[in-house]
Amino acid sequence: MLRRSNPIRFAVVAGLMFFMHATAGNVADAQSAKAGAEFTTGSSDPLIEFVNLQIRQTWEDNELKPSPSANDAEWIRRVYLDVIGRIPDADEVAAFLEDSDKTKRSKKIDELLANPDYVRNWTEIWTNLLIGRNTPDRTSRSGMRKFLRESFARNRPWNEIVYDLVTAEGHYEENGAVNFILAQLQGNVNNEDYHVEATAKLTRILLGMQVQCTQCHNHPFNEWKQNQFWEFNSFLRQTRRIDHDKYDPESGQDVDDYSELVFRQFGGPVYYEMRNGLVQVAYPKYLESEVSPDAPNRREELGKLMAHDDPSHTVAKAMVNRTWSHFMGYGFTRPVDDMGPHNPASHPELLDRLSDEFVKSGYDVKQLVKWICNTEAYNLTSKYNSDNDFDNPSAGEVPLFSHMYVKTMNAEQLYDSLLVATNADQSGAGNFQQAQQQRQRWLQDFLRIFGGNDEDEPTLFSGSIPQALLMMNGPLVEKAISAEKGSYLYSVLSNPRFRSDNSRIQALFVSALGRFPTRHEQSQLSGAIKRYPKKLTAFQDLYWALLNSNEFIVNH
Amino acid sequence: MKTSTPAGMSRRHFMNHLALGGATTLGATHFLSTLEANAAQVSRDQKACILVWLGGGAPTIDMWDLKPGSKNGGEFKPISTKGDLQISEHLPKIAQEMDSLSVVRSLSTREADHTRGRYYMHTSYVPNPTVVHPTFGSVASYELGTKRKDLEIPSFVSIGGGSMSSGFLGMAHAPFVVDARGQIQNANTGGMNKQRLEQRLGMLSTIEDGFIKSGRGDVGQAHKDVYKKAVNLMVSDQMNAFRAEEEPAEVRELYGSTPFGNTLLMARRLVETGVPFIEVQFPGSWDLHQNVFNTLKDQRLPLLDSGISGLVRDLKQRGMLEHTTIVVMGEFGRTPRINQNVGRDHWATSWSALIGGGGLQGGRAVGETDADGLRIVSESYLPGDLWATVSHALRIPLNTVHTSKRGRPMKLANGGQPIQDLIG
Repeated sequence: MLRRSNPIRFAVVAGLMFFMHATAGNVADAQSAKAGAEFTTGSSDPLIEFVNLQIRQTWEDNELKPSPSANDAEWIRRVYLDVIGRIPDADEVAAFLEDSDKTKRSKKIDELLANPDYVRNWTEIWTNLLIGRNTPDRTSRSGMRKFLRESFARNRPWNEIVYDLVTAEGHYEENGAVNFILAQLQGNVNNEDYHVEATAKLTRILLGMQVQCTQCHNHPFNEWKQNQFWEFNSFLRQTRRIDHDKYDPESGQDVDDYSELVFRQFGGPVYYEMRNGLVQVAYPKYLESEVSPDAPNRREELGKLMAHDDPSHTVAKAMVNRTWSHFMGYGFTRPVDDMGPHNPASHPELLDRLSDEFVKSGYDVKQLVKWICNTEAYNLTSKYNSDNDFDNPSAGEVPLFSHMYVKTMNAEQLYDSLLVATNADQSGAGNFQQAQQQRQRWLQDFLRIFGGNDEDEPTLFSGSIPQALLMMNGPLVEKAISAEKGSYLYSVLSNPRFRSDNSRIQALFVSALGRFPTRHEQSQLSGAIKRYPKKLTAFQDLYWALLNSNEFIVNH
Repeated sequence: MKTSTPAGMSRRHFMNHLALGGATTLGATHFLSTLEANAAQVSRDQKACILVWLGGGAPTIDMWDLKPGSKNGGEFKPISTKGDLQISEHLPKIAQEMDSLSVVRSLSTREADHTRGRYYMHTSYVPNPTVVHPTFGSVASYELGTKRKDLEIPSFVSIGGGSMSSGFLGMAHAPFVVDARGQIQNANTGGMNKQRLEQRLGMLSTIEDGFIKSGRGDVGQAHKDVYKKAVNLMVSDQMNAFRAEEEPAEVRELYGSTPFGNTLLMARRLVETGVPFIEVQFPGSWDLHQNVFNTLKDQRLPLLDSGISGLVRDLKQRGMLEHTTIVVMGEFGRTPRINQNVGRDHWATSWSALIGGGGLQGGRAVGETDADGLRIVSESYLPGDLWATVSHALRIPLNTVHTSKRGRPMKLANGGQPIQDLIG
């Protein structure tokens, strides 16, 4: 669950105001000054050195100067959003900025990985990837979540998670792993298209391979032939969903009960039609490994090959590429799940080495996150300058990671961050249950209006008018700025430490944006506030503006 | 850029919410002032399409292509119309307008699953794991909406529920969803006065501009642009188009004075405002696995009859029918065979859609099914052919090609061809 504000929060923020103005800029400057030398977050893993050197090499090759390190305020907001899916609250920001430990960034990464919100965040990310934001019919979102939650909480090796996703059978709540394939199986089981969606999703998400184009034709640019799709497909033919209904005495009708993923009798090859009308056969084959069509359980064979017997570590590479992209905004290939000979990686040695080390670590997902977050590239500011403004992947350039790329918050991050910044769900709530119900209603609003495109690159801003309206006039933000007892705004306005306009402006900035206002903002906004007849309204509107700002909704 | 004039603020919609005296000064921002004072009266001859969606899959064999004398014929009789075809006896008012409308009786669309059929009929493409295709409303928005500079409200509106995704055409062309009463979620500022809204937007501008200038790419400006559109929408006069209740009683009566009729009336008002594509969700499911005849006779058909006939008559009276194409269909038809629950099940092999207006030929039955409704005995048509016909009516060039996010070219209406009997 999310952290709540606590009494020390204000004390820390208040104390910080002086400290921050004096030092925040200097810390960043000092860091950037020595950025040319040896960058460190405090972690001393040789692999991180290797990554830094590789990335630096591409900067040199492209005659580019990287942006300086992000200052602590910029970095702490970023690492919270990326690792645990929400912004830090004001006292978390304050405590980090005050900390003078030189290894504090590396320590913070470890701390966040141990935070329960890490499990919650990665469960949401992977649930959305595996079954989409809109749960398909007769698929159990709670089952999928439970499986992932338990897996991430125990930091299970990624290859074991993958093995379960590929091979699971059974009841969709008792064995939640089945929901990944279950979600892709709709329609008539005897239709030759029945396993097409599952084939496409499994290869794309778990292997980073887009073989689905070869469903209908040979790949136009590479050696992947049409048979490859159907070879993968033949592994999945021995599976089907069964939907169980039950009699509902109230309506007198049969209603949904539960679904399960079961073994289906299927032998021999798969037949498919070429564009010229010729019919071909495909046998189960994973990359270079052929599997006997008589194997008793083809999915189990596929799971073993993917998880344990693949010399090219395709599963590991796909995970490394996707995870890198999660943190950096771009992966080593674009799209991140289209890896292959036709689409060479931007940093091939780096991808290979990270993948090898990931395998050696026992597919340790937390270790992978640690490596990435401790790299120099992850710690740079998102501001670019005239020396590296051409490092602009959104214009189609190959990413050089010489500055952080700005990402847009997804629906879940935005929602959770709004709650952190406002305590809206605590505001004027009668009791716990009411608060929970209200939270659920708001979340549904958010998912419906913001959760549209599962597949968009995170660096794209695809904002819509309904999204802007929800933020401007919706019930959550309205509640957030109501200044009712329990809300963050109330706490600031009623706290004797924040009596001046300026200190209140600063407190609201820290809470929403994780930073202090610039001198220009401070003067503009305090001027605007003076023109209000009532102070309360003025600060409500300032907080409204902060929560609605472009800076709030991006992770930079 | 326009400066502050009271005219910009004298919009009725806005005044409804604002307790304002005389002129007020504008704040530091020009969010509101960028609006043109007098929204141009959009000319009525701009092309538009109204899709009436019969969700669940309508039994078209009982509506547009009856089979008297067959064991599949069911309980209804055909009646003659003003056009050169017969339709169901329970659609007598539409029968009077059939000189303006035609029925395509030979759709064969292969997808008999609700989700897949809905996707196919909206996009002309079968679902494909590599790409999300845009629903045709998004295509119309992309092709026509972007050219209508006077349009302050979204160019693809879905009334009474969601349509489908705008897919690779992006969120700017996603259906703008309003409920059946034309309520737009969160568009109301809850009685806040204009001055305060200006002050809020002024502070927002200060913060947003700082981020835009910080040198972090285009995201900051893109965000500001969307907010500007949203504010424009909140205060635009064109929002009146959503208020069907402001129509005179006799006009509402024309549409049957039902909630469904009001949604069609709203659609007409949106067409007048310049919106090129409106989708109206029929209230109530057509997924009639049981008790099909009573449900049709007592509920679905009377509602549809009064609504559609009213829409056609109203558009005709206003001289708008020539420019407004109407399509009435769902995701598939229903089985000719009547099941043991006196229902009909899913059927995509041979079914019908109603289409007319927009300069298309009326009064025709296009294509033919056999005596039991089981097979098509003429040329058959795909959704792409229907949408190509609509494209023709909307003057969207048929050789238009859109590019998916992965750079794959996608033909308009999946390469479908306009139905010759309708455009001839």
